[in-house]
Amino acid sequence: MASGFDSALGFSGRRGPVAVVAKVVVYTIVVAIFAGPLLALMVGAFTRVPDPTSLSLTSGEFTLDNFTRAFDRGVLGYLANSFIVVGGGLLLQIAVSVSAAYSLARKKFPLMKLVFLLILSTMMLPEEVLAIPLSLVLSEVNLTGSLLGMIVPVGAWAFSILVMTEFMKEIPVELEEAARLDGAGDLRVFWSVVLPLCRPALGVIGIFGFTMIWDQYLLPLLVATDAQQFTLPLALRTLRSDEEVGVGVLLAASLLALLPSVLAFLAMQRQFMRGLTSGAVKG
Amino acid sequence: MQATGSGATATAVRPGRRPGQSAPPPARARRAGRFNVKAALIPWLFLAPALVIFAMFKFWPMAQAVKMSLYEVRPYLGDRWVGLDNYRQMLTDEDFLAAIGHTIVLAVGQTGGAIVLGMGLALLLEGSARHLWVVRTAAFLPTVAAMAVVAEVWRILYFPAPDGAVNSILGWFGAGPSQFLNGEDSSLLSVMAVGVWRGAPYDMMIFLAGLAGVDRNLYEAAAVDGANVFRRIWHVTFPALRPVFAILFTLAAIRGLRVFTEIFLLTNGGPNGATEVMMTLIYKLGLERGELGIAAAGSMLLLAATVLLTVVVRAVQARSSRQVA
Repeated sequence: MASGFDSALGFSGRRGPVAVVAKVVVYTIVVAIFAGPLLALMVGAFTRVPDPTSLSLTSGEFTLDNFTRAFDRGVLGYLANSFIVVGGGLLLQIAVSVSAAYSLARKKFPLMKLVFLLILSTMMLPEEVLAIPLSLVLSEVNLTGSLLGMIVPVGAWAFSILVMTEFMKEIPVELEEAARLDGAGDLRVFWSVVLPLCRPALGVIGIFGFTMIWDQYLLPLLVATDAQQFTLPLALRTLRSDEEVGVGVLLAASLLALLPSVLAFLAMQRQFMRGLTSGAVKG
Repeated sequence: MQATGSGATATAVRPGRRPGQSAPPPARARRAGRFNVKAALIPWLFLAPALVIFAMFKFWPMAQAVKMSLYEVRPYLGDRWVGLDNYRQMLTDEDFLAAIGHTIVLAVGQTGGAIVLGMGLALLLEGSARHLWVVRTAAFLPTVAAMAVVAEVWRILYFPAPDGAVNSILGWFGAGPSQFLNGEDSSLLSVMAVGVWRGAPYDMMIFLAGLAGVDRNLYEAAAVDGANVFRRIWHVTFPALRPVFAILFTLAAIRGLRVFTEIFLLTNGGPNGATEVMMTLIYKLGLERGELGIAAAGSMLLLAATVLLTVVVRAVQARSSRQVA
């Protein structure tokens, strides 16, 4: 259609100087409001910031001091903890989701409806609602004070299972039947036929799982018994209350906690958007 | 990400309904009969890891919470049955009622603010041009940043001295300086603003997906009929997006009810309890003051509200998918 309506406002077709200036102004304000604080964080991490009022986008001399002092405070250790948790948690989550989805999408068995309902119902039981008993259960099974306690509970996530199940249902059954005729068993069909075909969906649950686990706060808080097990997001609070650590060091550590999720998002933006919009909402 | 917990993709919630998929396969299963114990076990083997983890970290704690909420929990002494006493104590406790109030104000304010702002952003940034994509990506970053990072950044920006970052900007417009997180009157609003800042870009993306589905011919027709931009948006765009509004509002409200990390890191309930919400109070009661029974009762209340709202979401989703079909 050759009309000017490629958007609801319908002014993207206009090209007058006033329209261009208006658009540039609007876009600048939007970027300043939403990306500005994160940019300030980035600039601050690389400059001398003696106190919170001296955070600025422009002035300030470049320095890596904040990072070296952050490393002295053990920030690299916290970062390593974060990567262990997100790596282990994500691997487990993907394996568990794919396996459960194979059963839900491909098998017919009694009680399937009930299993499905149970999985759905876990969405109403986030860590927050269960915090108190969850902390007791975690210590009963000896998972407190260990990174495993932050990994195992995020291993099963209803969102991933459901996205994966939906996707597997779209894969034609014929391919599997051909493999079965050649004598392949369930495990073989699952591993060499279904899994390779699921790669696009693996990207979706991978990026969602990554950002979800990286953002975990309450669970690590319940699990950690001392600073040795802190993930980087948890450690930020300790750094802040440390009198000898300045704002600059806090900013440097925050930047390290920010970058992985931002980079993962930028690298997998298409998959992220697909997961976000395929059916509107995960909660 | 606000990626934990309740709600589901509209497509993902009802896969069981596909004709021919949900019904058990009578003929084949019966014929295979006796020697197929193995075949019957296979689906359960594939499901086992998920079910075991859910049982341990969702359903078992859930059952514990129900039980604890009915007992006075006394480590080493043995629990004492108190019936609904924990609930009564909680609902007559002023701090708890205040926390419920703050939670609702915060949930409604954040949700409403994020939806209005997100809708505005979506209208402004709709289009396929490359520079729009860049602006949208930049605006989306707050949503992918970990909450802990967001909290530290805003604590610094909100620094309550007159030359703090946000106060300086307010100064250009002749407003402020404000105490922000440190002021009893301003702290809840300040937390809310951070929530809106982080939530609006997320809503924007969902709205953009909705906008892409609006029939361009309707805009054309409205323009031919002499409708201006506002009438076009009001009469064409908004009605088309109604289901999106409803779902976003309810899901964000559910998320808002269990808000914890924001408050814990930005104010920890202060100053003087002005931003205490249900979850921070439950956390303090349970893990700092050892009032496990009352904390569990609070969790149950939170769960009940979540279930109620989720039922509403499902009803809305069912209705909107019927409209689409």
